[in-house]
Amino acid sequence: MAVFRIPGPLRSLSGGESTVTVEAQDLRTAIDELDSRFPGFKGRLLDDEGQPRQFVNLFLNEEDVRQGQGLSSPVGEKDEIAIVPAVAGGGLRR
Amino acid sequence: MPNSPTKSEISGGPRTRRVKGLRCRECGAEYQLQAIHFCQACFGPLDVAYDYEVIRQVISRERIQRGPASMWRYRDLLPIEDEAPIITLGEGFTPLVKADRLGALLGLKNLYLKNDSMNPTNSFKDRVVSVAVSWARVHGYETIGCASTGNLANSVAAYAARAGLECYVFVPDDTEEGKLIATGVFEPNVVAVRGNYDDVNRLCSQLIDEQDWAFCNINVRPYYAEGSKTLTFETAEQLGWELPDEIIIPIASGCQFVRHRRAIQELVDLGLVDKPDRLPRLTGAQAAGCAPVYNAWREGTEQITPVRPQTIARSIAIGNPSDGPYVIRIARETGGVVEAVTEEEIVDGMRLLARTEGIFTETAGGVTIGTLAKLARAGRWSGEEVVVAYITGHGLKTPEVVPLGGERRVEIEPTMRAFREKVSV
Repeated sequence: MAVFRIPGPLRSLSGGESTVTVEAQDLRTAIDELDSRFPGFKGRLLDDEGQPRQFVNLFLNEEDVRQGQGLSSPVGEKDEIAIVPAVAGGGLRR
Repeated sequence: MPNSPTKSEISGGPRTRRVKGLRCRECGAEYQLQAIHFCQACFGPLDVAYDYEVIRQVISRERIQRGPASMWRYRDLLPIEDEAPIITLGEGFTPLVKADRLGALLGLKNLYLKNDSMNPTNSFKDRVVSVAVSWARVHGYETIGCASTGNLANSVAAYAARAGLECYVFVPDDTEEGKLIATGVFEPNVVAVRGNYDDVNRLCSQLIDEQDWAFCNINVRPYYAEGSKTLTFETAEQLGWELPDEIIIPIASGCQFVRHRRAIQELVDLGLVDKPDRLPRLTGAQAAGCAPVYNAWREGTEQITPVRPQTIARSIAIGNPSDGPYVIRIARETGGVVEAVTEEEIVDGMRLLARTEGIFTETAGGVTIGTLAKLARAGRWSGEEVVVAYITGHGLKTPEVVPLGGERRVEIEPTMRAFREKVSV
């Protein structure tokens, strides 16, 4: 089970929860799982092409997934996925 | 959220107000004034939205010139309403120096330096911090914080002391000693993070969910960023209400670069300057050791690939610059460029500025002057253009990069003979 850390302004989507536990093999399926439990997350986090939006950073155990395997990053037991809005822009598309 | 006074409590009753709210730069979604920096729909950055019709009714060159000799003479274009108290140390309205000696070397007849090292804590950060801390205080926050490469921490600590607020500054653990001393004297809580600025920034971005603090450059960023505009407002005023042909600006996050574009638009739209034939070119300067914006510029893309910073210009060493895509867009739109200089060129730039104009700037200023010199030598200008370089921090913040006492230092016995023998006059 991996844990998503939900930033404050998005907790309206998660029923006020600051963390959500999911079971998934990789980041893409983790987001699918998060969205199936709390609909709306996928549309917020990913763009029309299914990639992380330009202004959102996803960190898997403190590592920016854009600098690693992106949404294909494997997700294991006790992994932590942090959703961190870029400060005033930032981010990039791969 | 802390207990914040409502708008009517601040103003003592309903009135026409110039600050309307926050608006997403990407999707246009609107938000009420609050400590939030990103759009909940698309994560885009939020900007302060003004009612320019209200501003237009009051603002004029005369009104500005009657104002204080600080950046607050531009209060009509800042997000702190008139009746709210401001936290100020007299920031802004720094000298615009005509740089004839440096200009002659570079073939520029109309070169100016906006010397923002003359601010209360010796960097341009005092402009943004004065706005951020004023906003936080008015809205009931008791603790302010920041993620910093050093200069911002220095400024936030000073303004927190001035305001009587609790203060937490987060800095990389290898921040220069000079900056830490100048920060520590104000007795903030200093959290030295084992990592680089981008690590510090991420930590603070997560902390805002746990702490009811106003982080100047994170959740209060929309207000904070507005303070940067005053650099360009003042430059136009000091040039006799004219815009320059080109401005050289150091790039860290790109935040101030974006604000200078906005400042130019406001000056033009409000009739404070005559409508120019063309907008000033906005040119960005980076250190080659941390040049994600320059890299993207060179590759012809707006997509920024983060880098791991390795440069002496630590105050602008942001590997994942938040406003990078906008910098590229604005440089292109205005006819500017983004350039990068080596570590050697940074120090050369610092020494060139000191030698020719008597201004000691920190490494970030070395990046700016190094870029100016590089572009001038490459023939970018005919020589008649009005070019302004923004010098954003003082050299005593990073003294370790220049030789102790300079290369012309000699040591002698206190005798006339020793002087005659050792000192070439």
